[in-house]
Amino acid sequence: MSETPLLQVHHLKKHFPVTRGLLAMKTIGWVKAVDDISFSVPQGETLALVGESGCGKTTTAKLILRLEEPTDGEILIDGQPVHDLRGNALKAYRTAVQAVFQDPWSSLNPRMRVRQIVAEPLVINRKMSRAAVAARVQEVLDSVGLRPQQANLYPHEFSGGQRQRIAVASALISQPKLIILDEPVSALDVSIRAQIMNLLVDLQQAYHVSYVLIAHHLATTRYMAHEVAVMYLGKIVERARTEALFTEPLHPYTRALFSAALPGHPDITREEIILPGEVPSPINPPSGCRFHTRCPVAQSQCAEIEPEETDIAPGHMVACHLYN
Amino acid sequence: MTRHIGDVILQVDDLHTYCFTRWGVVKAVDGVSFALRQGETLGIVGESGCGKSMTALSLLRLVPRPVARIVQGRVLLQGENLLDKSEREMRHIRGRRLSMILQDPQTSLNPVFTIGNQLLEAIHIHHKGSPRTLLSRAINALSQVRVAAPERRVEDYPHQMSGGMKQRVVGAIALSCEPHVIIADEPTTSLDVTIQAQYLRLLREIQEETGLSIIFITHDFGIVAKMCDRVMVMYAGRVVESGPVRDIFNHPAHPYTQALLQSVPTMEERPERLYAIEGQPPALWELPPGCRFTARCPYAEARCEQTYPSSFAVGVDHTADCWRLQEA
Repeated sequence: MSETPLLQVHHLKKHFPVTRGLLAMKTIGWVKAVDDISFSVPQGETLALVGESGCGKTTTAKLILRLEEPTDGEILIDGQPVHDLRGNALKAYRTAVQAVFQDPWSSLNPRMRVRQIVAEPLVINRKMSRAAVAARVQEVLDSVGLRPQQANLYPHEFSGGQRQRIAVASALISQPKLIILDEPVSALDVSIRAQIMNLLVDLQQAYHVSYVLIAHHLATTRYMAHEVAVMYLGKIVERARTEALFTEPLHPYTRALFSAALPGHPDITREEIILPGEVPSPINPPSGCRFHTRCPVAQSQCAEIEPEETDIAPGHMVACHLYN
Repeated sequence: MTRHIGDVILQVDDLHTYCFTRWGVVKAVDGVSFALRQGETLGIVGESGCGKSMTALSLLRLVPRPVARIVQGRVLLQGENLLDKSEREMRHIRGRRLSMILQDPQTSLNPVFTIGNQLLEAIHIHHKGSPRTLLSRAINALSQVRVAAPERRVEDYPHQMSGGMKQRVVGAIALSCEPHVIIADEPTTSLDVTIQAQYLRLLREIQEETGLSIIFITHDFGIVAKMCDRVMVMYAGRVVESGPVRDIFNHPAHPYTQALLQSVPTMEERPERLYAIEGQPPALWELPPGCRFTARCPYAEARCEQTYPSSFAVGVDHTADCWRLQEA
């Protein structure tokens, strides 16, 4: 991996103000949704961000998509800082980075025909003839497994799985380098999920596109991701290649999360780690290690000193005092 | 596990619930039979539209009227047919003997009443007593589901609680009148993974304490593997396979069950490629005369299209509806 990774995230922070009052708004605190995270994704690979609600994974996705301005830190695509782009470079970025969202019932405009929905990224960001756009629409519809005649239908005429195929086609049409997948299968039925997961994996191999996958279902990430980053309260607590992480999770939070995941067979009995309580509020996150309030192996230093990100093995980062 | 499984407490025979819509008759539940024993957990698995929730609502006689009607069948709770009961009699059965936990605590709690108020509403129907004794019952119900400081929590409104806490309150309401059978319809789908683990363990502990029978409705085989003793798989309004959980995981007999189990990725290993079931379930208002899985089944033959297969025994207490099992 000597060449520069496609996506680089350096010390990214996003703090939202908590305000009080209507006319004279006073900031009374900050929600540290994303607090100093770094990672990178090479071309053609998938990074999964996993964690529970409120851990900052969706905010991270929004920052990469330029839907939010970071408080600090930077995001580089092909070495270019995303939030400084203007003019043509910005248009180029918008075709290079696309997204597929969780719910195909609300992410597709019900008043547009499929061919219009799918063509939209091209119409807006590139100057192309109508014929060329139409040809490209047929091409991507074919690659996601829809028939050419279906281009003239409206979204309500499709089932959930087919709608998600339309969303994928629309993301794919501008030949992006990176697609953000925000829970792409969790709204779908079990028998349809496998179809979409296989499709996404096939498309990645065919077009060498990178994915940032946001998921809470760990088995899905094991199937789709090359690398996994586990987030807790705005921090990445552990990051490793998928096989390494699933064979030997190190951080106590990762272990608890994995033990809480449902088994694939009734004979599989995992060590049962039930975490007490719930995720604390990100407005006043716990001092030191943010996980120490629920950690089964917390020591005295955990409440005071924030653990540093340490590389245990090449490509396996963990932020915990146990491994320092 | 220290769980005692007793006699049959709930028996359902040949239940049919149809919805009469503008587009035709939707056979949401089309001949479902099963038995539930005391202290047992039965899983009902299937995809959306397979009729699992409609089955649950039929047991409680809460199907959306006038569109849906239970047209045939028997629901025997401790020997009494619930389908013969009057609405007044049903009100004394719901909550007291047969109760339900719904999927989304956000919508099953009323936002303008306190938790205590909503608990008392359920308790009030079934118990008489001074306000103080009823309140202490409500507080007990909250502490049974491990809500910390229940004396103070009864005064909270739903928005003051987290999702996991709200789902515990919903559980407390369902359990407050000590029902014999509880139907849990995807109770953990809206919860986070670690909160789900807490909730599932809580349900199991309560079951061990009280000998409750649970019907677990889910689309997730992981929950079945973790929680259930027996499972039935539904497809397009019918039970296609049912049996003990281990048997079904080790020797699934129906092609739909086999395909479903293969298509789910697991934590334990990464397959080279996931098995995907092509196509979609049939529309419930124009069902084929034969097996409903025919169009998606890799083994489909001519007879599958013509006649619905009968149930064949494939093991102890394990049956499946598939013509391929006839020879075996």
